[in-house]
Parts: sequence; structure tokens; C-alpha cells
Amino acid sequence: MDSLFLYNCRRETLNRIIEKKDLSENVVQMVLEAPVIAQKRKAGQFIILKIDEKGERIPLTIVDSDAQAGTITIIFQVVGKTTAVMAKMKAGDTIQDIQGPLGNPTEIENYGRVVCIGGGVGVGVVYPLTAALKKAGNEVISIIGSRTKDLLILEKEMGAISDRLIVATDDGSYGFHGFVSQVLQEMIDKGEKIDRVFAIGPVPMMKVISDVTRPHGIKTIVSLNSIMVDATGMCGACRVAVAGKTKFACVDGPEFDGHEVDFKLLADRLKMYCDQERQAYEQHKCGCDGN
Amino acid sequence: METKEPKEKKEKVPRQKMPEQDPQKRVSNFEEVPLGYSEETAITEAKRCIQCKKPGCISGCPVDVKIPEFIQQIAEGNFIEAARTLKETNSLPAVCGRVCPQEDQCEKQCVLGKKGESVAIGRLERFAADYERSTGNVTVPPKVKANGKKIAIAGAGPAGLTIAGDLVKLGYDVTIFEALHKAGGVLVYGIPEFRLPKAIVEAEVEYLRKMGVKIETNFVIGRTKTIDELFAEGYNAVFIGVGAGAPVFMNIPGENLSGIYSANEYLTRSNLMKAYLFPEYDTPIVRGKRVAVVGGGNVAMDSVRTALRLGAEKAMIIYRRTEVEMPARKEEVHHAREEGVDFLMLTNPVEYIGNDAGWVTGVKCIKMELGEPDASGRRSPVPIKGSEFVIDVDTVVVAVGTMANPIVPATTPGLETNKRGYIITKDESGLTSRAGIYAGGDIVTGSATVILAMGAGRKAANAIHEYLFKK
Repeated sequence: MDSLFLYNCRRETLNRIIEKKDLSENVVQMVLEAPVIAQKRKAGQFIILKIDEKGERIPLTIVDSDAQAGTITIIFQVVGKTTAVMAKMKAGDTIQDIQGPLGNPTEIENYGRVVCIGGGVGVGVVYPLTAALKKAGNEVISIIGSRTKDLLILEKEMGAISDRLIVATDDGSYGFHGFVSQVLQEMIDKGEKIDRVFAIGPVPMMKVISDVTRPHGIKTIVSLNSIMVDATGMCGACRVAVAGKTKFACVDGPEFDGHEVDFKLLADRLKMYCDQERQAYEQHKCGCDGN
Repeated sequence: METKEPKEKKEKVPRQKMPEQDPQKRVSNFEEVPLGYSEETAITEAKRCIQCKKPGCISGCPVDVKIPEFIQQIAEGNFIEAARTLKETNSLPAVCGRVCPQEDQCEKQCVLGKKGESVAIGRLERFAADYERSTGNVTVPPKVKANGKKIAIAGAGPAGLTIAGDLVKLGYDVTIFEALHKAGGVLVYGIPEFRLPKAIVEAEVEYLRKMGVKIETNFVIGRTKTIDELFAEGYNAVFIGVGAGAPVFMNIPGENLSGIYSANEYLTRSNLMKAYLFPEYDTPIVRGKRVAVVGGGNVAMDSVRTALRLGAEKAMIIYRRTEVEMPARKEEVHHAREEGVDFLMLTNPVEYIGNDAGWVTGVKCIKMELGEPDASGRRSPVPIKGSEFVIDVDTVVVAVGTMANPIVPATTPGLETNKRGYIITKDESGLTSRAGIYAGGDIVTGSATVILAMGAGRKAANAIHEYLFKK
């Protein structure tokens, strides 16, 4: 194991965790040391990280970066073993591998009046492009939502970069009682002018938003979180169907026209390893309890 | 051992067999199948070499290994010296001894092969390299004086590792930029443990590091930095050896159903990510019970044999031509057959059938017959009308080839590619349409072999040296 250890240690950067913050019960924000990526990355891009020798490669959107400090910010939700382990890591710990920036940046232009929608942990993903759209001169209306008040993230941050911020919770514990898609529907029904919609969140949310905007011809961009391995176009794990054609979310996306995405296929493929993920997570939790 | 010292008539000694793991046993593990020569067997085999005055074997080797010389050293029992002779021209002998198609290269040219069986050059190469590594007697050549020039290499596969070794020996400051988290390229993500143990690749990479080669993993050329940014940072020349990493699918209905993999993904999960050790390792892989692998090359054989080891009750190859046309090495086909793989020849998938959850349950195939020879000289398969039938499967691996990954060409202005996306080189030197940028391996030729990529790396090393010191 010694030579293997050395083999993996000789890297220029340490990939240290600089800062860690719990945003909600199981959503964590981390600031990571990644100087080259911090300089290079643009809104909409992501990284692959692998926590240790036996870890899997998981894609995470770059939420923010500080080129000066050489850091990037990520946000993740605890959904399985890897994220559970990460949630227990502390500032000063290191992530073995960070690769990026990957994927195509968001097409940022001054579209006029845009609506940026984030659901659950997807608020973290929509944040960077919302900031970029605001900076490009758009009038930005943001709609963010979660199941309940305690799970809502980045409200203050989104408010600071939006001309108007609307919050929705499924259970009505905060803000509008209902889904983010209903807020959007009401805006459209009131005849509000919308030039483009960006919607990022759970697959059903992105599907419903796309269905809401389709009859009105409002271009809707979604970001697809399909399963990835190498994330450089090599494996095809992340393939999705867009306008009837197979695309790789890692290199052709991750953002696509929501009106053209086959959401059923995406949802099915996301379930491919459910049983195994559950098995790994359960074993991990058992191991933790035992200690 | 039973064949000792037949003095006068060396050619009477048969080509020495290499012991192998029993097929019944090996299908349930990922350990290496051939076990290597013993010292005695290696010497016996080495003595079969008649030390030709004009050795044809060297001309059959893309990196000009001094074959008779290292074989002579083995025959004399100087195993370490044999390994060093190999390393003079080949930085990855333990790899080449295992995965080179010697039957089409050095061994094809062997004089003994004209009448009987050629010397087992590949097995001897493997023996010498393994001997050196296992005895821990690996010495690094003394560092040469730095010549002040910096070289960037995109991709830590066979081509990149070879050129890095060659240039560092000439005093260059060499950095390899590798997209994945581990160096080795196809040697670590593509070729399975049972054919090429990863510890061997790690040892060979470590050897290059000791020679002074720097390796930056997790660095995607074109994304993390572009080639022009590297030039701006002071690199004097760049070599692109990024491989033909993009998977080809057949574009037939149902190909995106769950349970259908590209061979790249299936093998990367199993080899690079060690999914066969899930849940000890975190990356999962589908352990299918009825697995169909589409294709007839080495990658298809690697995939179908991996499927067996992951617990498939039925693992099959579906290939549109016949066994004669199969591009896989005979040895791999033989191993696969021994392990119980079914071969469905003259058969081609036309559609995948899935259940409500979007999981593949069947592959609809059509029977083929061979027609006129095509451009490659192989008789092209023609579908037989009305012969469709369905095979029940729960997992499919599509291994019908790869194509160029567009990331590097797309982010390097002025770098010319052909219509299939491969980088155009001016000649054998690997020079591209841009001064100072060289390319070699699969990103130039399309999918080929480890050793051909290494040969391209060797030629580009010479060309870069000439470019930087004679211009």
C-alpha cells in the first residue's frame, strides 16, 4: 500500500477543504482549494471529485469561485455513502482528486427579463448562472423552493443578485404554499413578460417547468444531473436524449433546452444503481453506528 | 524443466508453454490468467533463439527492441541485464510482454516460425521485466543535464508515457497532463486486471517518475488549460496523445435503456474504479445474469470475460461477421471460449427491448451473411431479410469501436483534423498543422494497439528533439 500511497500523493495541489458549513439538515457547503479551476471556471461548469482511493467520481456544480484566493465553492446534499462521508469531513481535510472545470459554460447574454428557478439543492446550481445573468444586465426574477422552510438554501445570496425573489415551500411553511412551477404559471397567467427561463432542480420539477413554458414558447434551459464516470466524453454513462438525439450531458451539456429533453429516460437512467447505492449507504451507516 | 539442454539441434525444442490459471477457477476471480515463465522455462525458451545475423524480429517491432540481445542475456541467466536491454528502447516492457500482438509483429518475422513455431518473444519480454520488478532490482538511469526546454504531453497513455521517457532521457523538463485521476490511459481504464495487473502499470509509471517525468493528474487539456495557455506558460513543444476515447454506439432504437453500457464505461467502472470490488470500492456496476457484448475485437473479449467474472450465468459475443474476420487476438478468443463464452456469429443487433422501468430485457437481432469484400478486404456482412429473433438479456455492452474525443482539437485553433475527427499529421514524425505541436497514437490513427502508440511516441520524441535543437 506504501507505493500506492506515494503514487497518489505526489500532486501539486493538496485539494484542502478550506471551509465547511451546513446549509440545512443534509445540505453542506464547502470551499475547496483548487487554484487552477478557480481561475478558469465559468458559470454552469462543474467538477468531478473523488474523496479517496476507493471513492467514486461524482460530479458537482461549481457554485462560486475566488480566483484570488484560489478556491471554489460546492454544495451537496447527503444522498448516499460518498456524500455522507463528505458531510463528516472538516476544514483542513483533503479531497484526493478534483478535476475540472468540466462541461460547457452557461450561454450568458442580456436576454432582457429572465426567470431563474432553483429547487432544493438545485438552488446552489442555479446560483452561479443567476449571478452571471444579472452581471450581464438582465432583469432577474428568481424563484427558489424546497419541501419545507428548514431545507431552503441560499435565500439571502439569491436575493442579493435578483431584482425580485420569490420563495415557495411545498408544505407552505414559508413563502408561497406550493411548487415553484405554480409561481411561474401565475406569472405567465398574469401576462408578465419573460424572455428566458433557467430551471434547475429535481427531474420532475424541471419537467413540469418545461411543460409550463412550452405552450408560451418561452425558451427554457435546464441542467441535467445524469450519472457520470469520467465526465470528459469517454464513457457515455451520462447519455440523454435531446430532440430525439443522444447527447452526453458531460461534454454536450450539462445545460439543454428543456422543451427537447426526454425526462422519462433521464429519470429511469438515474435509478440504474439505486439498489447498490442503498446497499453501500446502509453498510456505511451500520459501520458508523458500530463504532 | 523436462526439456534440458538439447545441445546440437536447438530447433527441436518446442515453444515453451506458459502455465495458466484453470478456466473453471479463473472465471470467478480477476487475477491474471497466464502465470508467466519460471526461470528454467525462460532459459529453455531463450535458447531456442538461433541469434540470426539479420534479425527479422527487430524490424517487426514498432520500437526496435534489441530482441536477440535480450534473449541471449536470458539464455545466459542474466535476467536483470535482459530487462535493462529491453528498457533501452521500451519504457513499458512488462506491459508489452502481455498485451502486444506479437504474433503479428516480432514473432511473425521469426525465422523459426517459417518452419515451426517462432520464439516466444513476448513471453520472454514479460519474464525479464517481471523478474526485474519482483526482485526489486530496478535501477533508474543517471539523470542527464537539463537542456532547458519544457515539454507538455497531453495524455498519460502508452504514447504519452513513451515520449515522456524518451525526452526526459535527453534532458527535457517533461510534464504529462492526464485527464483522469490515475496515469496509464487505456492500460488502467481499458485493459482488465486479469490481462494486465494494475500494479504493473503503476510500477512502470513510478519508474518514469523516478526518471524525472512530472505527471499532473485530473488535468483535462482543453478544459483545465488549453494548449495555447501551456505555450504561453513557457512550454516549447506539446505532444497530443489523448487516444480515441469516445465511445461509438450503433444508433439503434432502445440503445439508451438502463443496463446498456459502452465498453468504455463498463471497463472503466470495473478496471479504473474497481467496481468489481463494490461495495469495498464505492463505484457500482451492474452484475448482469445474461450479458450480451456486441463486437468482435479485444475490447469485446475483455468486456465479455469481465461479465463472466462479475457473475454472469450466460455471457455472449454478438458479432456480425464470422470468427475468421474477428479482429480480436486469437489468444483472447481462445481464453474467452475456454471460460464458457457463447459466440453468436453472423448476428447483428437491430433494436433493444425494455420494460416499463426502462431496463433492457432483450436484444432483437438479425442474421447476416457474408457478401463482397469491403474496403478493409473483409467480406462485408449483409442482413438476411426476415431473420430477426430476440435474445433475452439484462445487460448489454456495446464494443463496436471508438472515435476521436473532440475536446483537444476543438480548443486548439489551427489544429487540423480529418472528417472523422482524428488529428492530421504531416508525416511519421507526428507533426501537426501547427508548429511545435505533435500528435501520435489513437488520436491520429484511430483505435490501434498499445505498441503502435508507443512507436508513435518514440518517433515524435525524435522529431521534437530535432525541432528544438536544429531550428
